Amino acid sequence: MTTTATLAMLFAAGCTRATARNSGDVVLAGSTSIQPFAERWAEDYTLGRVTVQSGGSTAGIKAAHDGTADVGMSSRQLHAAESEGLVQTVVARDGIAVIVHRANPVHALTLAQLRGIYAGTIRSWRTVGGVDAPITVITREEGSGTRDTFQERVMGDGVGIAREALVTAYSGGLRKMVAEDPNAIGYVTFSQLNARVHALALDGVMPTEQTIRDASYHLQRPFLFLTRGAPTGASEQFLQFVLSPRGQSIARAEGLAPVATY
Amino acid sequence: MRDRLIERILLLAATSAVAMLALITVFIFREGLPVIFDQGPLSFVTGLTWAPSLGQYGVLPMIAGSALVTAGALVVGLPLGLACAITLAEMAAPRARAVLKPTIELLAGVPSVVYGFIGMEVLVPFIRNAPLLGGPGYSALAASVILAVMVLPTIISISIDAIEAVPRSFREGSYALGATQWQTITGVVLPAARSGIVAAVILGMGRAVGETMAVIMVAGNSVQLPHSLLDPVRTLTANIALEMGYASGAHAQALFATGIVLFVVSLCLNEIAGRVRGRSRVSVVVAADAPADAEARAELLGDSGMRPSRMEPSL
Repeated sequence: MTTTATLAMLFAAGCTRATARNSGDVVLAGSTSIQPFAERWAEDYTLGRVTVQSGGSTAGIKAAHDGTADVGMSSRQLHAAESEGLVQTVVARDGIAVIVHRANPVHALTLAQLRGIYAGTIRSWRTVGGVDAPITVITREEGSGTRDTFQERVMGDGVGIAREALVTAYSGGLRKMVAEDPNAIGYVTFSQLNARVHALALDGVMPTEQTIRDASYHLQRPFLFLTRGAPTGASEQFLQFVLSPRGQSIARAEGLAPVATY
Repeated sequence: MRDRLIERILLLAATSAVAMLALITVFIFREGLPVIFDQGPLSFVTGLTWAPSLGQYGVLPMIAGSALVTAGALVVGLPLGLACAITLAEMAAPRARAVLKPTIELLAGVPSVVYGFIGMEVLVPFIRNAPLLGGPGYSALAASVILAVMVLPTIISISIDAIEAVPRSFREGSYALGATQWQTITGVVLPAARSGIVAAVILGMGRAVGETMAVIMVAGNSVQLPHSLLDPVRTLTANIALEMGYASGAHAQALFATGIVLFVVSLCLNEIAGRVRGRSRVSVVVAADAPADAEARAELLGDSGMRPSRMEPSL
Protein backbone atom coordinates (compact mmCIF):
# COMPACT_ATOMS: atom_id res chain seq x y z
CA MET A 1 0.00 0.00 0.00
CA THR A 2 1.13 3.52 -0.68
CA THR A 3 0.37 4.44 2.88
CA THR A 4 3.10 2.16 4.14
CA ALA A 5 5.58 3.95 1.94
CA THR A 6 4.27 7.26 3.22
CA LEU A 7 4.76 6.03 6.71
CA ALA A 8 8.38 5.11 6.06
CA MET A 9 8.96 8.48 4.45
CA LEU A 10 7.43 10.17 7.41
CA PHE A 11 9.76 8.45 9.81
CA ALA A 12 12.74 9.28 7.64
CA ALA A 13 11.64 12.89 7.46
CA GLY A 14 11.09 12.96 11.19
CA CYS A 15 14.59 11.73 11.90
CA THR A 16 16.48 14.00 9.58
CA ARG A 17 14.55 17.20 9.85
CA ALA A 18 14.18 18.03 13.51
CA THR A 19 11.97 21.05 13.86
CA ALA A 20 13.08 24.09 15.76
CA ARG A 21 9.69 24.64 17.40
CA ASN A 22 9.34 23.10 20.82
CA SER A 23 5.66 23.73 20.99
CA GLY A 24 3.07 24.25 18.37
CA ASP A 25 -0.66 24.00 18.26
CA VAL A 26 -2.22 21.53 15.90
CA VAL A 27 -5.76 21.66 14.60
CA LEU A 28 -7.33 18.35 13.61
CA ALA A 29 -10.66 18.11 11.81
CA GLY A 30 -12.76 15.39 10.26
CA SER A 31 -14.15 11.95 10.95
CA THR A 32 -16.42 11.63 13.95
CA SER A 33 -15.26 8.01 14.24
CA ILE A 34 -11.66 9.06 14.77
CA GLN A 35 -12.50 12.03 16.97
CA PRO A 36 -12.61 10.20 20.34
CA PHE A 37 -9.27 8.50 19.61
CA ALA A 38 -7.71 11.76 18.43
CA GLU A 39 -8.84 13.32 21.68
CA ARG A 40 -7.13 10.54 23.61
CA TRP A 41 -3.91 11.20 21.73
CA ALA A 42 -4.30 14.93 22.29
CA GLU A 43 -4.67 14.32 26.03
CA ASP A 44 -1.28 12.65 26.27
CA TYR A 45 0.51 14.93 23.84
CA THR A 46 2.75 17.35 25.68
CA LEU A 47 4.48 19.32 22.94
CA GLY A 48 1.59 21.62 22.18
CA ARG A 49 -2.12 22.02 22.29
CA VAL A 50 -4.17 19.86 19.95
CA THR A 51 -7.64 20.94 18.94
CA VAL A 52 -9.92 18.24 17.58
CA GLN A 53 -12.95 19.20 15.51
CA SER A 54 -15.40 16.70 14.09
CA GLY A 55 -17.61 17.06 11.07
CA GLY A 56 -17.15 13.86 9.12
CA SER A 57 -14.51 12.41 6.85
CA THR A 58 -15.55 14.48 3.85
CA ALA A 59 -15.26 17.66 5.88
CA GLY A 60 -11.85 16.48 7.14
CA ILE A 61 -10.56 15.91 3.62
CA LYS A 62 -11.79 19.33 2.60
CA ALA A 63 -10.23 20.93 5.67
CA ALA A 64 -6.87 19.36 4.86
CA HIS A 65 -7.13 20.61 1.27
CA ASP A 66 -7.98 24.20 2.01
CA GLY A 67 -5.79 24.40 5.10
CA THR A 68 -8.51 25.20 7.65
CA ALA A 69 -7.04 22.31 9.65
CA ASP A 70 -3.40 21.24 9.91
CA VAL A 71 -4.41 17.61 9.81
CA GLY A 72 -7.55 16.18 8.26
CA MET A 73 -8.99 12.95 9.61
CA SER A 74 -10.70 10.42 7.38
CA SER A 75 -12.07 7.02 8.32
CA ARG A 76 -12.61 6.03 4.70
CA GLN A 77 -10.36 5.60 1.69
CA LEU A 78 -10.04 8.73 -0.42
CA HIS A 79 -11.32 8.90 -3.98
CA ALA A 80 -8.69 9.59 -6.61
CA ALA A 81 -9.78 13.20 -7.04
CA GLU A 82 -9.76 13.82 -3.30
CA SER A 83 -6.29 12.46 -2.66
CA GLU A 84 -4.49 14.84 -4.99
CA GLY A 85 -1.93 16.93 -3.12
CA LEU A 86 -2.63 15.18 0.19
CA VAL A 87 -0.23 12.91 2.02
CA GLN A 88 -2.10 10.09 3.75
CA THR A 89 -0.82 8.46 6.90
CA VAL A 90 -2.52 5.41 8.37
CA VAL A 91 -2.50 5.98 12.13
CA ALA A 92 -4.53 2.95 13.15
CA ARG A 93 -6.95 0.39 11.77
CA ASP A 94 -10.46 -0.17 12.96
CA GLY A 95 -12.02 -3.58 12.45
CA ILE A 96 -15.73 -4.18 12.40
CA ALA A 97 -16.86 -7.45 13.92
CA VAL A 98 -20.00 -9.25 12.81
CA ILE A 99 -21.66 -10.51 15.96
CA VAL A 100 -24.31 -13.10 16.83
CA HIS A 101 -25.86 -14.54 19.98
CA ARG A 102 -23.56 -16.76 22.05
CA ALA A 103 -25.79 -19.78 21.54
CA ASN A 104 -25.78 -19.43 17.76
CA PRO A 105 -24.10 -22.51 16.21
CA VAL A 106 -22.95 -20.49 13.19
CA HIS A 107 -19.35 -19.40 13.66
CA ALA A 108 -18.33 -18.33 10.19
CA LEU A 109 -19.87 -16.74 7.13
CA THR A 110 -18.57 -15.96 3.70
CA LEU A 111 -18.79 -12.34 2.57
CA ALA A 112 -21.38 -13.40 0.02
CA GLN A 113 -23.53 -14.99 2.72
CA LEU A 114 -23.21 -11.89 4.90
CA ARG A 115 -24.19 -9.72 1.95
CA GLY A 116 -27.19 -11.99 1.29
CA ILE A 117 -28.31 -11.75 4.91
CA TYR A 118 -28.12 -7.97 4.97
CA ALA A 119 -29.68 -7.59 1.52
CA GLY A 120 -32.61 -9.70 2.69
CA THR A 121 -32.12 -12.58 0.23
CA ILE A 122 -31.01 -15.01 2.94
CA ARG A 123 -33.69 -15.05 5.62
CA SER A 124 -33.16 -18.22 7.61
CA TRP A 125 -30.18 -19.34 9.65
CA ARG A 126 -30.63 -22.79 8.12
CA THR A 127 -29.41 -21.49 4.74
CA VAL A 128 -26.04 -20.72 6.30
CA GLY A 129 -25.77 -23.87 8.41
CA GLY A 130 -27.64 -22.82 11.53
CA VAL A 131 -30.98 -23.61 13.09
CA ASP A 132 -34.27 -23.27 11.26
CA ALA A 133 -35.16 -19.76 12.44
CA PRO A 134 -35.62 -16.39 10.76
CA ILE A 135 -32.63 -14.08 10.98
CA THR A 136 -33.11 -10.83 12.89
CA VAL A 137 -30.91 -8.39 11.01
CA ILE A 138 -29.74 -5.35 12.98
CA THR A 139 -27.92 -2.40 11.47
CA ARG A 140 -26.69 1.06 12.44
CA GLU A 141 -28.41 4.26 11.35
CA GLU A 142 -27.76 6.15 8.10
CA GLY A 143 -24.78 8.44 8.50
CA SER A 144 -22.92 6.21 10.96
CA GLY A 145 -19.30 5.63 9.96
CA THR A 146 -19.54 1.99 11.01
CA ARG A 147 -22.51 1.54 8.70
CA ASP A 148 -20.70 3.34 5.86
CA THR A 149 -17.76 0.97 6.19
CA PHE A 150 -20.06 -2.05 6.34
CA GLN A 151 -21.91 -0.83 3.27
CA GLU A 152 -18.68 -0.23 1.37
CA ARG A 153 -16.78 -3.37 2.39
CA VAL A 154 -19.62 -5.89 2.48
CA MET A 155 -22.53 -4.67 0.40
CA GLY A 156 -20.66 -2.80 -2.30
CA ASP A 157 -22.30 -0.39 -4.72
CA GLY A 158 -25.92 -0.76 -5.58
CA VAL A 159 -26.87 -3.32 -2.93
CA GLY A 160 -28.63 -1.68 -0.04
CA ILE A 161 -29.28 -3.01 3.45
CA ALA A 162 -32.77 -4.52 3.61
CA ARG A 163 -35.62 -2.30 4.78
CA GLU A 164 -36.71 -4.87 7.34
CA ALA A 165 -33.44 -4.55 9.23
CA LEU A 166 -33.80 -3.18 12.75
CA VAL A 167 -31.96 0.10 13.22
CA THR A 168 -30.25 1.46 16.30
CA ALA A 169 -28.04 4.49 16.80
CA TYR A 170 -25.83 3.02 19.51
CA SER A 171 -23.24 0.29 19.15
CA GLY A 172 -23.67 -0.65 22.81
CA GLY A 173 -27.40 -0.90 22.27
CA LEU A 174 -26.87 -3.02 19.18
CA ARG A 175 -24.65 -5.40 21.12
CA LYS A 176 -27.33 -5.69 23.80
CA MET A 177 -29.98 -6.48 21.17
CA VAL A 178 -27.79 -9.23 19.71
CA ALA A 179 -26.91 -10.60 23.15
CA GLU A 180 -30.60 -11.06 23.96
CA ASP A 181 -31.97 -12.41 20.69
CA PRO A 182 -30.72 -15.91 19.72
CA ASN A 183 -31.54 -15.20 16.06
CA ALA A 184 -29.96 -11.78 15.75
CA ILE A 185 -26.97 -10.66 13.73
CA GLY A 186 -25.33 -7.25 13.93
CA TYR A 187 -22.00 -5.49 13.58
CA VAL A 188 -19.96 -3.32 15.94
CA THR A 189 -16.49 -1.87 15.96
CA PHE A 190 -13.85 -4.28 17.20
CA SER A 191 -13.45 -2.38 20.47
CA GLN A 192 -17.09 -3.10 21.33
CA LEU A 193 -16.64 -6.89 21.27
CA ASN A 194 -17.20 -8.59 24.61
CA ALA A 195 -18.11 -11.95 26.08
CA ARG A 196 -21.87 -11.42 25.78
CA VAL A 197 -21.78 -11.98 22.01
CA HIS A 198 -19.55 -13.86 19.67
CA ALA A 199 -17.83 -12.64 16.55
CA LEU A 200 -18.03 -14.49 13.24
CA ALA A 201 -15.12 -15.36 11.01
CA LEU A 202 -15.51 -13.77 7.58
CA ASP A 203 -14.23 -15.81 4.64
CA GLY A 204 -12.43 -17.92 7.24
CA VAL A 205 -10.70 -15.05 9.05
CA MET A 206 -11.58 -14.11 12.61
CA PRO A 207 -11.30 -10.43 13.55
CA THR A 208 -8.29 -10.09 15.84
CA GLU A 209 -5.77 -7.34 16.34
CA GLN A 210 -3.36 -9.32 14.18
CA THR A 211 -5.72 -10.01 11.25
CA ILE A 212 -6.93 -6.42 11.25
CA ARG A 213 -3.38 -5.06 11.25
CA ASP A 214 -2.16 -7.28 8.43
CA ALA A 215 -5.37 -6.55 6.48
CA SER A 216 -6.26 -10.22 6.11
CA TYR A 217 -9.56 -9.47 7.87
CA HIS A 218 -11.64 -7.82 5.19
CA LEU A 219 -14.19 -5.79 7.14
CA GLN A 220 -12.05 -2.92 8.37
CA ARG A 221 -11.23 0.67 7.69
CA PRO A 222 -8.09 2.72 7.96
CA PHE A 223 -7.92 5.77 10.20
CA LEU A 224 -6.14 8.29 8.00
CA PHE A 225 -4.42 11.53 8.91
CA LEU A 226 -4.15 13.83 5.93
CA THR A 227 -1.75 16.68 5.40
CA ARG A 228 -1.23 18.98 2.48
CA GLY A 229 2.16 17.81 1.33
CA ALA A 230 4.49 16.03 3.73
CA PRO A 231 3.68 16.98 7.34
CA THR A 232 5.91 19.68 8.78
CA GLY A 233 6.39 21.47 12.07
CA ALA A 234 3.77 20.91 14.71
CA SER A 235 1.74 18.50 12.55
CA GLU A 236 4.81 16.38 11.97
CA GLN A 237 5.59 16.25 15.67
CA PHE A 238 2.06 15.24 16.51
CA LEU A 239 2.05 12.54 13.83
CA GLN A 240 5.33 11.20 15.17
CA PHE A 241 3.79 11.00 18.61
CA VAL A 242 0.73 9.18 17.28
CA LEU A 243 2.90 6.64 15.47
CA SER A 244 5.32 6.26 18.37
CA PRO A 245 5.12 3.20 20.67
CA ARG A 246 3.32 5.40 23.18
CA GLY A 247 0.76 6.68 20.68
CA GLN A 248 0.15 3.23 19.26
CA SER A 249 -0.27 1.67 22.67
CA ILE A 250 -2.97 4.25 23.37
CA ALA A 251 -4.67 3.17 20.14
CA ARG A 252 -4.45 -0.47 21.21
CA ALA A 253 -5.79 0.29 24.68
CA GLU A 254 -8.76 1.99 23.05
CA GLY A 255 -9.52 -1.08 20.96
CA LEU A 256 -7.94 -0.13 17.65
CA ALA A 257 -5.39 -2.22 15.80
CA PRO A 258 -2.05 -0.41 15.84
CA VAL A 259 -0.27 0.00 12.52
CA ALA A 260 3.19 -0.93 13.70
CA THR A 261 4.56 -3.44 16.19
CA TYR A 262 7.22 -2.51 18.61
CA MET B 1 -45.73 54.99 36.38
CA ARG B 2 -44.52 51.93 38.20
CA ASP B 3 -47.56 50.00 37.07
CA ARG B 4 -46.81 50.85 33.49
CA LEU B 5 -43.23 49.72 33.86
CA ILE B 6 -44.32 46.37 35.26
CA GLU B 7 -46.89 46.12 32.52
CA ARG B 8 -44.18 46.65 29.94
CA ILE B 9 -41.92 44.05 31.49
CA LEU B 10 -44.72 41.52 31.56
CA LEU B 11 -45.59 42.29 27.96
CA LEU B 12 -41.97 41.75 26.99
CA ALA B 13 -41.90 38.41 28.79
CA ALA B 14 -45.12 37.36 27.11
CA THR B 15 -43.99 38.33 23.63
CA SER B 16 -40.61 36.68 24.07
CA ALA B 17 -42.30 33.31 24.49
CA VAL B 18 -44.28 33.86 21.32
CA ALA B 19 -41.17 35.14 19.55
CA MET B 20 -39.35 31.97 20.54
CA LEU B 21 -42.05 29.86 18.94
CA ALA B 22 -41.95 32.05 15.85
CA LEU B 23 -38.17 31.73 15.62
CA ILE B 24 -38.28 27.98 15.96
CA THR B 25 -40.94 27.79 13.28
CA VAL B 26 -38.99 30.00 10.91
CA PHE B 27 -35.81 28.04 11.54
CA ILE B 28 -37.36 24.61 10.98
CA PHE B 29 -39.04 25.72 7.79
CA ARG B 30 -35.98 27.51 6.47
CA GLU B 31 -33.82 24.45 7.03
CA GLY B 32 -36.32 21.87 5.89
CA LEU B 33 -38.18 23.40 2.97
CA PRO B 34 -35.30 23.30 0.43
CA VAL B 35 -35.13 19.49 0.62
CA ILE B 36 -38.90 19.18 0.35
CA PHE B 37 -38.91 21.29 -2.79
CA ASP B 38 -35.83 19.59 -4.27
CA GLN B 39 -37.55 16.29 -3.79
CA GLY B 40 -40.99 17.56 -4.70
CA PRO B 41 -43.45 17.93 -1.81
CA LEU B 42 -45.59 15.02 -3.01
CA SER B 43 -42.74 12.59 -3.45
CA PHE B 44 -41.33 13.63 -0.08
CA VAL B 45 -44.57 12.85 1.72
CA THR B 46 -45.49 9.75 -0.32
CA GLY B 47 -41.99 8.40 -1.01
CA LEU B 48 -41.29 4.91 0.28
CA THR B 49 -37.50 5.05 0.19
CA TRP B 50 -35.43 6.80 2.81
CA ALA B 51 -31.81 6.50 1.69
CA PRO B 52 -29.88 9.65 2.61
CA SER B 53 -26.68 8.19 1.17
CA LEU B 54 -28.40 8.01 -2.23
CA GLY B 55 -30.16 11.35 -1.81
CA GLN B 56 -33.60 9.77 -1.57
CA TYR B 57 -35.90 11.15 1.05
CA GLY B 58 -39.39 9.68 1.37
CA VAL B 59 -41.13 9.82 4.71
CA LEU B 60 -44.29 7.78 4.08
CA PRO B 61 -42.99 4.79 6.09
CA MET B 62 -42.38 7.13 9.03
CA ILE B 63 -45.81 8.75 8.69
CA ALA B 64 -47.35 5.27 8.60
CA GLY B 65 -45.21 4.25 11.58
CA SER B 66 -46.30 7.23 13.65
CA ALA B 67 -49.95 6.68 12.68
CA LEU B 68 -49.83 2.97 13.51
CA VAL B 69 -48.23 3.27 16.94
CA THR B 70 -50.51 6.19 17.83
CA ALA B 71 -53.62 4.29 16.77
CA GLY B 72 -52.37 1.25 18.64
CA ALA B 73 -51.73 3.33 21.75
CA LEU B 74 -55.30 4.64 21.64
CA VAL B 75 -56.86 1.22 21.06
CA VAL B 76 -55.10 -0.04 24.17
CA GLY B 77 -55.13 3.16 26.19
CA LEU B 78 -58.58 4.64 25.55
CA PRO B 79 -60.75 1.85 27.08
CA LEU B 80 -58.40 1.61 30.04
CA GLY B 81 -58.22 5.37 30.49
CA LEU B 82 -61.94 5.90 30.14
CA ALA B 83 -62.75 3.09 32.53
CA CYS B 84 -60.33 4.54 35.01
CA ALA B 85 -61.77 8.05 34.61
CA ILE B 86 -65.37 6.82 35.06
CA THR B 87 -64.42 4.83 38.13
CA LEU B 88 -62.59 7.71 39.73
CA ALA B 89 -65.11 10.39 38.88
CA GLU B 90 -68.36 8.50 39.44
CA MET B 91 -67.86 5.41 41.52
CA ALA B 92 -64.77 5.38 43.70
CA ALA B 93 -65.00 6.18 47.37
CA PRO B 94 -63.43 9.52 48.23
CA ARG B 95 -60.64 7.78 50.15
CA ALA B 96 -59.66 5.54 47.23
CA ARG B 97 -59.85 8.53 44.95
CA ALA B 98 -57.54 10.58 47.11
CA VAL B 99 -54.91 7.89 46.63
CA LEU B 100 -55.53 6.88 43.03
CA LYS B 101 -55.73 10.22 41.30
CA PRO B 102 -52.36 11.59 42.43
CA THR B 103 -50.81 8.21 41.65
CA ILE B 104 -52.04 8.37 38.09
CA GLU B 105 -50.75 11.90 37.76
CA LEU B 106 -47.40 10.62 39.01
CA LEU B 107 -47.36 8.28 36.03
CA ALA B 108 -47.01 11.36 33.81
CA GLY B 109 -43.86 12.33 35.68
CA VAL B 110 -41.95 9.14 34.92
CA PRO B 111 -39.24 9.98 32.34
CA SER B 112 -39.90 8.42 28.96
CA VAL B 113 -36.52 6.71 28.88
CA VAL B 114 -37.65 4.67 31.90
CA TYR B 115 -40.74 3.50 30.02
CA GLY B 116 -38.51 2.66 27.07
CA PHE B 117 -36.12 0.67 29.22
CA ILE B 118 -38.90 -1.33 30.83
CA GLY B 119 -40.23 -1.95 27.34
CA MET B 120 -36.85 -3.21 26.17
CA GLU B 121 -36.29 -5.43 29.18
CA VAL B 122 -39.76 -6.84 29.67
CA LEU B 123 -42.10 -6.23 26.77
CA VAL B 124 -39.77 -6.90 23.83
CA PRO B 125 -38.57 -10.33 25.05
CA PHE B 126 -42.18 -11.17 25.97
CA ILE B 127 -43.41 -10.42 22.43
CA ARG B 128 -40.46 -12.29 20.90
CA ASN B 129 -41.09 -15.44 22.92
CA ALA B 130 -44.85 -15.42 23.30
CA PRO B 131 -46.84 -17.97 21.33
CA LEU B 132 -48.91 -16.34 18.54
CA LEU B 133 -46.73 -13.22 18.64
CA GLY B 134 -43.04 -13.73 17.84
CA GLY B 135 -40.84 -11.84 15.39
CA PRO B 136 -37.95 -9.73 16.61
CA GLY B 137 -39.98 -8.28 19.49
CA TYR B 138 -38.99 -4.74 18.55
CA SER B 139 -42.26 -3.83 16.92
CA ALA B 140 -45.19 -1.48 16.45
CA LEU B 141 -46.98 -3.56 19.07
CA ALA B 142 -44.30 -2.95 21.70
CA ALA B 143 -44.32 0.78 20.94
CA SER B 144 -48.13 0.90 21.08
CA VAL B 145 -48.33 -0.76 24.47
CA ILE B 146 -45.63 1.49 25.95
CA LEU B 147 -47.29 4.58 24.47
CA ALA B 148 -50.67 3.46 25.78
CA VAL B 149 -49.29 3.55 29.31
CA MET B 150 -47.70 6.92 28.61
CA VAL B 151 -50.92 8.54 27.32
CA LEU B 152 -53.04 7.19 30.19
CA PRO B 153 -52.43 10.13 32.56
CA THR B 154 -53.42 12.61 29.84
CA ILE B 155 -56.57 10.72 28.90
CA ILE B 156 -57.58 10.00 32.48
CA SER B 157 -57.08 13.42 34.01
CA ILE B 158 -58.76 15.36 31.20
CA SER B 159 -61.63 12.86 31.04
CA ILE B 160 -62.14 13.15 34.79
CA ASP B 161 -62.33 16.92 34.46
CA ALA B 162 -64.87 16.53 31.67
CA ILE B 163 -67.02 14.08 33.62
CA GLU B 164 -66.92 16.20 36.76
CA ALA B 165 -67.99 19.24 34.80
CA VAL B 166 -71.31 17.60 34.01
CA PRO B 167 -73.78 19.38 36.34
CA ARG B 168 -75.11 17.47 39.30
CA SER B 169 -78.68 18.18 38.21
CA PHE B 170 -78.19 15.93 35.15
CA ARG B 171 -77.50 12.93 37.30
CA GLU B 172 -80.28 13.78 39.70
CA GLY B 173 -82.69 14.12 36.79
CA SER B 174 -81.64 10.76 35.47
CA TYR B 175 -82.01 9.03 38.81
CA ALA B 176 -85.41 10.70 39.26
CA LEU B 177 -86.50 9.04 36.02
CA GLY B 178 -85.59 5.68 37.55
CA ALA B 179 -82.27 5.10 35.77
CA THR B 180 -79.60 2.98 37.46
CA GLN B 181 -76.12 4.35 38.09
CA TRP B 182 -74.74 2.57 35.04
CA GLN B 183 -77.59 3.82 32.85
CA THR B 184 -76.94 7.32 34.13
CA ILE B 185 -73.25 7.08 33.30
CA THR B 186 -73.66 5.65 29.80
CA GLY B 187 -76.87 7.49 28.92
CA VAL B 188 -76.36 10.93 30.44
CA VAL B 189 -72.91 11.63 31.87
CA LEU B 190 -70.74 10.28 29.07
CA PRO B 191 -72.74 11.89 26.25
CA ALA B 192 -72.65 15.16 28.14
CA ALA B 193 -68.89 14.92 28.64
CA ARG B 194 -68.29 13.72 25.09
CA SER B 195 -66.43 16.70 23.70
CA GLY B 196 -64.14 16.83 26.71
CA ILE B 197 -63.35 13.16 26.27
CA VAL B 198 -62.67 13.67 22.58
CA ALA B 199 -60.29 16.49 23.49
CA ALA B 200 -58.58 14.13 25.96
CA VAL B 201 -58.12 11.57 23.20
CA ILE B 202 -56.69 14.12 20.79
CA LEU B 203 -54.27 15.48 23.38
CA GLY B 204 -53.27 11.90 24.12
CA MET B 205 -52.65 11.43 20.42
CA GLY B 206 -50.44 14.50 20.46
CA ARG B 207 -48.43 13.01 23.27
CA ALA B 208 -48.08 9.70 21.42
CA VAL B 209 -47.05 11.32 18.14
CA GLY B 210 -44.45 13.48 19.87
CA GLU B 211 -42.92 10.78 22.06
CA THR B 212 -39.42 9.90 20.94
CA MET B 213 -37.10 8.14 23.34
CA ALA B 214 -39.35 5.34 24.53
CA VAL B 215 -40.40 4.62 20.95
CA ILE B 216 -36.86 4.48 19.60
CA MET B 217 -35.97 1.95 22.26
CA VAL B 218 -38.72 -0.54 21.43
CA ALA B 219 -40.01 0.09 17.89
CA GLY B 220 -37.08 -1.39 15.93
CA ASN B 221 -36.88 1.64 13.63
CA SER B 222 -36.95 -0.12 10.25
CA VAL B 223 -37.89 2.16 7.38
CA GLN B 224 -40.69 0.08 5.93
CA LEU B 225 -44.45 0.10 5.62
CA PRO B 226 -45.52 -2.29 8.37
CA HIS B 227 -47.59 -5.31 7.34
CA SER B 228 -48.53 -6.27 10.85
CA LEU B 229 -48.28 -5.02 14.40
CA LEU B 230 -45.33 -7.35 14.91
CA ASP B 231 -43.24 -5.57 12.25
CA PRO B 232 -40.68 -3.03 13.37
CA VAL B 233 -41.57 0.54 12.44
CA ARG B 234 -39.91 3.93 12.53
CA THR B 235 -41.81 7.02 13.65
CA LEU B 236 -41.21 10.60 12.51
CA THR B 237 -39.66 11.57 15.83
CA ALA B 238 -37.44 8.49 15.86
CA ASN B 239 -36.20 9.33 12.39
CA ILE B 240 -34.88 12.68 13.56
CA ALA B 241 -33.39 11.44 16.82
CA LEU B 242 -31.74 8.38 15.29
CA GLU B 243 -29.93 10.11 12.50
CA MET B 244 -29.16 13.56 13.85
CA GLY B 245 -25.80 12.41 15.22
CA TYR B 246 -23.89 12.25 11.99
CA ALA B 247 -26.23 13.95 9.55
CA SER B 248 -24.84 16.85 7.57
CA GLY B 249 -25.82 18.81 4.49
CA ALA B 250 -28.93 17.63 2.68
CA HIS B 251 -29.35 14.75 5.13
CA ALA B 252 -29.60 17.18 8.05
CA GLN B 253 -32.04 19.30 6.07
CA ALA B 254 -34.13 16.22 5.37
CA LEU B 255 -34.35 15.66 9.11
CA PHE B 256 -35.61 19.21 9.54
CA ALA B 257 -38.11 18.45 6.78
CA THR B 258 -39.25 15.45 8.83
CA GLY B 259 -39.65 17.98 11.64
CA ILE B 260 -41.92 20.08 9.40
CA VAL B 261 -44.21 17.10 8.84
CA LEU B 262 -44.28 16.47 12.57
CA PHE B 263 -44.87 20.15 13.26
CA VAL B 264 -47.85 20.25 10.91
CA VAL B 265 -49.35 17.06 12.37
CA SER B 266 -48.95 18.37 15.94
CA LEU B 267 -50.39 21.74 15.01
CA CYS B 268 -53.42 20.11 13.42
CA LEU B 269 -54.03 17.90 16.46
CA ASN B 270 -53.68 20.88 18.76
CA GLU B 271 -56.06 22.91 16.65
CA ILE B 272 -58.66 20.12 16.53
CA ALA B 273 -58.41 19.65 20.30
CA GLY B 274 -58.84 23.38 20.80
CA ARG B 275 -61.89 23.51 18.53
CA VAL B 276 -63.57 20.54 20.16
CA ARG B 277 -63.14 22.14 23.55
CA GLY B 278 -64.08 25.59 22.30
CA ARG B 279 -67.34 24.21 20.95
CA SER B 280 -68.10 22.61 24.26
CA ARG B 281 -67.53 25.86 26.14
CA VAL B 282 -69.96 27.65 23.88
CA SER B 283 -72.57 24.95 24.36
CA VAL B 284 -72.27 25.24 28.12
CA VAL B 285 -73.32 28.86 27.88
CA VAL B 286 -76.20 27.96 25.59
CA ALA B 287 -77.31 25.19 27.89
CA ALA B 288 -77.12 27.35 30.96
CA ASP B 289 -79.23 30.06 29.38
CA ALA B 290 -81.82 27.92 27.67
CA PRO B 291 -84.52 26.52 29.89
CA ALA B 292 -84.59 23.28 27.92
CA ASP B 293 -85.30 19.83 29.24
CA ALA B 294 -82.47 17.77 30.69
CA GLU B 295 -82.07 15.52 27.68
CA ALA B 296 -81.60 18.37 25.24
CA ARG B 297 -79.16 19.99 27.59
CA ALA B 298 -77.24 16.77 27.96
CA GLU B 299 -77.06 16.58 24.19
CA LEU B 300 -75.61 20.05 23.98
CA LEU B 301 -73.43 20.16 26.95
CA GLY B 302 -69.90 19.05 27.31
CA ASP B 303 -67.15 19.80 29.71
CA SER B 304 -66.74 23.27 31.11
CA GLY B 305 -64.48 25.28 33.29
CA MET B 306 -61.39 23.37 32.23
CA ARG B 307 -58.16 25.19 31.66
CA PRO B 308 -57.08 24.56 28.09
CA SER B 309 -53.84 22.72 28.76
CA ARG B 310 -51.29 22.92 26.03
CA MET B 311 -49.99 19.95 24.17
CA GLU B 312 -46.26 19.65 23.92
CA PRO B 313 -45.07 18.47 20.54
CA SER B 314 -41.56 17.41 21.48
CA LEU B 315 -39.90 18.19 18.20
